[in-house]
Amino acid sequence: MELSDADPALQAAWLLAVDPQGLGGLCLRGPAGPARDAVLASLRRVLPPEAPWRRLPLQIDDERLLGGLDLGLSLAAGRPVAQAGLLAEADGGVLLLPMAERVDAGLAAKLASALEQQGGPRFCVLALEEGQSAEEQVPASLLERLALIASPAAPDLATAWESAGEGRVLPFDLPFDLAAARQRLPDIPYDEATVHALCGTAAALGLVSLRPPWQAWRAACAAAAIAGREAVSHQDAELAARLVLAPRARALPQMQEQEQEEPQQQQESAAELEGEANNTPPDSSPADPPASDQEQQQAPAPGEAPEGQREEALQEQLIAASQAAIPAGLLASLAGAPSRAAGAAGRRGAAARPAQSGRPLASRRGSLRAGSRLDLLATMRAAIPWQRLRLMEREQQVPGAPPARLLLRRDDFHIKRYRRPNETTTIFVVDASGSQALNRLAEAKGAVELLLADCYVRRDRVALIAFRGEGAEVLLAPTRSLVRARRSLSGLPGGGGTPLAAGIEAAWLLGSSLQSREGGRALLVFLTDARANIARDGSPGRSAAMQDALSAAQRLRASGLASVLIDTSPRPQPQAMVLAQAMAARYVPLPQGQAADVHAAVMGAR
Amino acid sequence: MSIPFPFSAIVAQDEMKLAILIAAVEPAIGGLLVLGDRGTGKSTAVRGLAALLPKMRAVQGCRYHCDPSANSACEDCVRLKSGAKPKTEELPVPVVDLPLGASEDRVLGALDLERALSQGIKVFEPGLLARAHRGFLYIDEVNLLEDHLVDLLIDVAASGENVIEREGLSVRHPARFVLVGSGNPEEGELRPQLLDRFGLSVEVKTPTEIAQRVEVVRRRDAFERDPASFVALWAKQDVKVRRQILQARERLPEVVVGDAVLYRASELCVAVNSDGLRGELTLMRAARALAALQASPEVTQEHLRQIAVPALRHRLRRNPLDDTGSSERIERALAELWN
Repeated sequence: MELSDADPALQAAWLLAVDPQGLGGLCLRGPAGPARDAVLASLRRVLPPEAPWRRLPLQIDDERLLGGLDLGLSLAAGRPVAQAGLLAEADGGVLLLPMAERVDAGLAAKLASALEQQGGPRFCVLALEEGQSAEEQVPASLLERLALIASPAAPDLATAWESAGEGRVLPFDLPFDLAAARQRLPDIPYDEATVHALCGTAAALGLVSLRPPWQAWRAACAAAAIAGREAVSHQDAELAARLVLAPRARALPQMQEQEQEEPQQQQESAAELEGEANNTPPDSSPADPPASDQEQQQAPAPGEAPEGQREEALQEQLIAASQAAIPAGLLASLAGAPSRAAGAAGRRGAAARPAQSGRPLASRRGSLRAGSRLDLLATMRAAIPWQRLRLMEREQQVPGAPPARLLLRRDDFHIKRYRRPNETTTIFVVDASGSQALNRLAEAKGAVELLLADCYVRRDRVALIAFRGEGAEVLLAPTRSLVRARRSLSGLPGGGGTPLAAGIEAAWLLGSSLQSREGGRALLVFLTDARANIARDGSPGRSAAMQDALSAAQRLRASGLASVLIDTSPRPQPQAMVLAQAMAARYVPLPQGQAADVHAAVMGAR
Repeated sequence: MSIPFPFSAIVAQDEMKLAILIAAVEPAIGGLLVLGDRGTGKSTAVRGLAALLPKMRAVQGCRYHCDPSANSACEDCVRLKSGAKPKTEELPVPVVDLPLGASEDRVLGALDLERALSQGIKVFEPGLLARAHRGFLYIDEVNLLEDHLVDLLIDVAASGENVIEREGLSVRHPARFVLVGSGNPEEGELRPQLLDRFGLSVEVKTPTEIAQRVEVVRRRDAFERDPASFVALWAKQDVKVRRQILQARERLPEVVVGDAVLYRASELCVAVNSDGLRGELTLMRAARALAALQASPEVTQEHLRQIAVPALRHRLRRNPLDDTGSSERIERALAELWN
């Protein structure tokens, strides 16, 4: 059986088995289910039985991860007892990372540096990502080091796994000999044309990092080793482009000479995306023919064709292959993708991490986890009353034990606690409708920029919501990056109706989700002329629209969110004042050309 | 012992390489900030440079691997030097990674809990700063590091000494290192106060030319296949760089900085409206190190010009309404001053 006939996720798993250190790891996207289990089982079966297979719990502390002192055992034994870290235990094998989208930035950084560290434990990471939205992804620093990304979704994979029953002998298992493939791997020669084509494909897909082309080259080598070839063939390069480059795509490639076919081809690739779930062999994929035709023209006489042309043909072929493999909706989600690393620190796994700075609170009994600090004094104080009892107990258990000054138990530990400083997020809700665009959209933008600069200095986070036409859109999820905020603001187009209710609702959703977080605080800043003309259900009409806006405003008020309404109409309007009252917002008319005054008004609202 | 990728085999990225060389010649510059995308060879460059530097002589048994010839007052050296002449050993220049999410204890050092609890002895357990003494401290994603940690780091990097006063410990030990921070400004920015503390700031970009990207993969492939012979292939160039650094370090005190150049540096800082006086200082130090690297006896205006962008780029007061990048503003000022 050919490697390329198997499901992409299985192929990725096998590539990883051949070159675990070179490829770094595999990120499996999608919900838990039989298809994913099948891939995991297949990988386990392919790997030599002695290779370790370790699961990494999300809340792991540094001692357990990197190795260190086992405090509980050390205290009981009265001498230091070392424990090996999980990374050392996984040496030569696989580190399984379930719910990888919830990994915090700290753990991701440690894993990433361990993966690249030479001389440390050699392992590969198998990340299982179950995120539902673009926001829930493996942290970029870790994902960057995992060469392969695949989504095991093929139904026949799932049914095969289900029907395999007790014995779990999979029909598609093991089409190759791992030991032989690993032996072949180092002998596969460097191929300039393939590397050139992979680099070109990476550039066409908008990949800036230099790692993906390198990883794709390693994957191509591994594919050739599995297939038993002595050199990398175009199928190997194609497979590598599909598994390494395509899932990271940040732009749709611009195909030369095929501009006219473009729309059709895109439809076809969309069709193929669905088809891929049915395990379509790549050779029969509809996106391929133009490229493979060229290949056939070139292939009979590679010696005669100039090198450059052959590279170009290969590159086009790779681009076509990876274009077909770009997951649906990926690029759309990139447009408004929040910066994962910046905002997430307080939200996911890290939410359980104790604050390390801020106002000190009374210390509390607890265990020494990552990031917590022992309050030595309180620990001693807790231990002292027990000393006589413990000494007697010890004397009974171990007669003649050496005298000890202080017998500590795990229970005595007291942990220092701090109050985390409040984090304010300012949410700008900007009316970008036609009436607004006519009046003062540019001025509103200027006011927001002034406020941005201020938020930046005080390390507040900002978010940006715009509403126009039929609905509201979160243009910028909470971030600290001024660059991103400014960019999304300047790209904000104007025009269309005023769906005020939708805007208020979007702000309410975002604001209340921020405030439900520990220590989070949200301030909503509305910039609108309050001339609502699109109702909540998207239908036009002034009175219905205003009704909806008012009821949304009342809900906002009920949830206790602080807000400011900046009236941007040329003359102050009664409806804006009514709206401000309904949401208990501070009402500020924006005087002509006085962006700085808005700044002062919002500063006063804090 | 594993072999790092040779420094001279890194493709392109000249500005970053030059900045690292300057920081290696003149550690007083106060660290280096590398901003840009992932996968541009930032940490490879730092590791490669540290590997090509000659091994350093250190007092054997000193936890801070102090220089035997330096008049170090760290507790280990005081103890070791009180008796006979202390033994020395040769150590490679350390490159210490500071992972995101490292605790304050791990960075600064803390009470050795193991010995405190099991033996009742108060011993200081050195942290990452101690390990980085006389070498490089590399922080990936420095913009995501908690602010109070960055404060601490920059403070120690500037003073060259780590002072711990807590939990009944009172320890001070030398910690002189070249701070290299890297990050992507799109994922969060550093406070301006912190930006200013970094000596140089370089922006790295992935080479856009396919030929260069292919070259990167080609060299990487050759390196992975046979590290030893790849390193041997580049050894000659690496030796050249090493000699350049060592000679520059020797020459550095003798390089003359003329009044005209100092004047020009101040003019430049005024023209771009940079905050504080650190701009002038860094500009002067960096230009001097650059002159030393180029074996020039005197700092010229050309040196100043060459180093102006990385030395000042991060010190400009930002106007949120002005979209022109800092680099362009400096270039403009340079063009005006040098016509």
